[in-house]
Amino acid sequence: MEKMTLQVNDLCTSFFTDKGEIKAVNHVSFDVPKRSIIGIVGESGCGKSMTARSVMRLLKYPGKIVSGSIAIEDKELTALTEAEMSNVRGEEISMIFQEPMTSLNPVMKVGKQVQEVVLLHRKVTKQEAKKEVIRIFEKVGISEPEKRYECYPHELSGGLRQRVMIAMAMICRPKLLIADEPTTALDVTVEAQILELMKNLRDEIGTSIILISHNLGVVAELCDYVHVMYAGRIVEQAETFELFDNPKHPYTIGLMNAVDSLEKKQGVLDTIPGTVPNLLDLPEGCSFEPRCGKRCEKCVECVPELHEIAPGHLVRCHACGQEV
Amino acid sequence: MQDNTLIKVQDLSVEFPLSSKKKVHAVSDVSLEVKEHEVLALVGESGCGKSTLGKAMIQLIKPTAGEVSFKDAVITNMPAKAFRDYRRQMQIVFQDPYASLDPRMSVRDIIAEPLETYNVCATPKETTERVVELLEAVGLSADHLYRYAHQFSGGQRQRIGIARAIALNPSFIVCDEPVSALDVSVQNQILNLLKDLQERFGLTYLFISHDLSVVRFIANRVCVMFLGKLCELGDTETIYTNPLHPYTRFLLDAIPKADPHRRRKERMLLSGELPSPVDPPSGCRFHTRCPYATEKCRTQEPEMKPVEGRMVACHLYAE
Ligand SMILES: Nc1ncnc2c1ncn2[C@@H]1O[C@H](COP(=O)(O)OP(=O)(O)O)[C@@H](O)[C@H]1O
Ligand SMILES: Nc1ncnc2c1ncn2[C@@H]1O[C@H](COP(=O)(O)OP(=O)(O)O)[C@@H](O)[C@H]1O
Ligand SMILES: [Mg+2]
Ligand SMILES: [Mg+2]
Repeated sequence: MEKMTLQVNDLCTSFFTDKGEIKAVNHVSFDVPKRSIIGIVGESGCGKSMTARSVMRLLKYPGKIVSGSIAIEDKELTALTEAEMSNVRGEEISMIFQEPMTSLNPVMKVGKQVQEVVLLHRKVTKQEAKKEVIRIFEKVGISEPEKRYECYPHELSGGLRQRVMIAMAMICRPKLLIADEPTTALDVTVEAQILELMKNLRDEIGTSIILISHNLGVVAELCDYVHVMYAGRIVEQAETFELFDNPKHPYTIGLMNAVDSLEKKQGVLDTIPGTVPNLLDLPEGCSFEPRCGKRCEKCVECVPELHEIAPGHLVRCHACGQEV
Repeated sequence: MQDNTLIKVQDLSVEFPLSSKKKVHAVSDVSLEVKEHEVLALVGESGCGKSTLGKAMIQLIKPTAGEVSFKDAVITNMPAKAFRDYRRQMQIVFQDPYASLDPRMSVRDIIAEPLETYNVCATPKETTERVVELLEAVGLSADHLYRYAHQFSGGQRQRIGIARAIALNPSFIVCDEPVSALDVSVQNQILNLLKDLQERFGLTYLFISHDLSVVRFIANRVCVMFLGKLCELGDTETIYTNPLHPYTRFLLDAIPKADPHRRRKERMLLSGELPSPVDPPSGCRFHTRCPYATEKCRTQEPEMKPVEGRMVACHLYAE
């Protein structure tokens, strides 16, 4: 059997608000094989970030993991104390975010910030730690690392700040890097550089990566395996080439058509009619049913199960039959 | 001026002073024309001066030098009173529909505001009727009249912003990243709407985007900007199928394709960092990042010249 870095099983995460329970992550299961890059894709609000934050156990009140298991290699994360979990963070799993500014201290030199992480996790002298920071800065493509070491976050471009975040995330060589929309705030030319860097980190250091993006192009470019989320649930998952060659869920097909039509010369672009449902008030059946062109009676009645339609290709749709 | 030119920009520069010595060269010596009923896309990375140029074209920002003409009149430095009649013909739609709509105002009041400023309707009732008409034109309805902006999704808020922009029957609209904050399915709905309105009302757009993938559908021509300067300008298909300026090529190549079969083994990656508009490089502003740069590029600024059916500012194409 393939070795797994992370296994998430039947994870449910909810926000308990005055208005009721918001099921942000709804029975989500996925594996991250060693040295793989897996993608989570879907439109905003579908639960991508909350899935990631659940794995990191960084949910903000009133969010809470309700059930399910999260295991990094053999360690069950949901059972750890907060102190044990904070050792896991940074050492075994790291996370980077869309806007690096929010996770960097604005009044501290970036080199120092990364150095502190080294000192926190390792018994080394300050000098050694600094050397290590310079080395990782070079590794993540920060030119003139000694000079950048002395910079404050606001003195760096968005692309460089994201490289600093990646350096900080990678300094302890974690088993897993979770990148939540790491390039969404960047220009395409910088995005291309950052994606290339993440690919190299996987190839050279062997870190497994969860890449979260709303952009199908980004996941197609980098991922080995892709999970499509809609309204808190995974609606389709497959190996990347299989998913893009044979998309089955009407939502996946709708997303792909919307993107493809931008490149075609046609009078009207393909869209998905309507909007995402309110997670406070999910339909009883399939949550995509109100927007779906293939809906039938069954779709209104019950939520479809994820079922395998080809080896490793799972779909949550009543209209997609067993094709194997 | 050619007959079908709606807006003509000549040697326009916008500088923002930072201190007594330093200034941001946001837009430098830009000349271009927008033809009547066309969609001209303005693309380039963030900070290259797209919004500044767009705003200067409709006099929301005062240019430091140069001239903008609308139809037959020079509108730069026009007295406020005379400009009033031009103002209503030029509107803008912003990227963030939330920030650009007053949360304390109902949809009716947001859209009615320009109508009231210009006394378009005789009575409040007539104004409301016109607002309903506008809501319907953008795919909303009378049911939405008395709701507040925060009750709408991003796509719906963008529709409200568009309804407000077309309220005075303008001829020209600067669409400043109107779909950049939207999810793809909604983004396409708004692009369809903008194109439909443009055709239906014979509108002219300056369509600003940092994302080249969204402009192919809507634009007749594309203008590529780098650090306050124009690099390349031509028909959309010409630019997409045969880009000449190295920067245009990098921009197009960098768009990640939603097809794993089109992954590149070796990406064309831009090297170095974006130079600062406070102290732009000498010669060609792109030369510090350009793999083809020569001594000439470092010292001499390239002019926009016609090459293979489009305009391009690059020494690679000198004779
Ligand atoms: N602080 C919060 N309070 C209440 N609900 C929240 C909060 N944060 C997120 N949610 C809910 O969780 C859902 C999933 O959010 P998120 O994972 O951030 O989406 P994505 O990252 O896919 O855009 C949202 O649609 C929202 O309803
Ligand atoms: N009001 C201002 N004061 C100082 N600098 C500004 C101002 N507005 C824009 N700039 C600067 O001018 C340059 C161009 O900005 P902008 O036109 O907003 O770029 P774009 O729309 O292409 O992202 C940037 O360097 C920006 O920081
Ligand atoms: Mg998110
Ligand atoms: Mg802008």
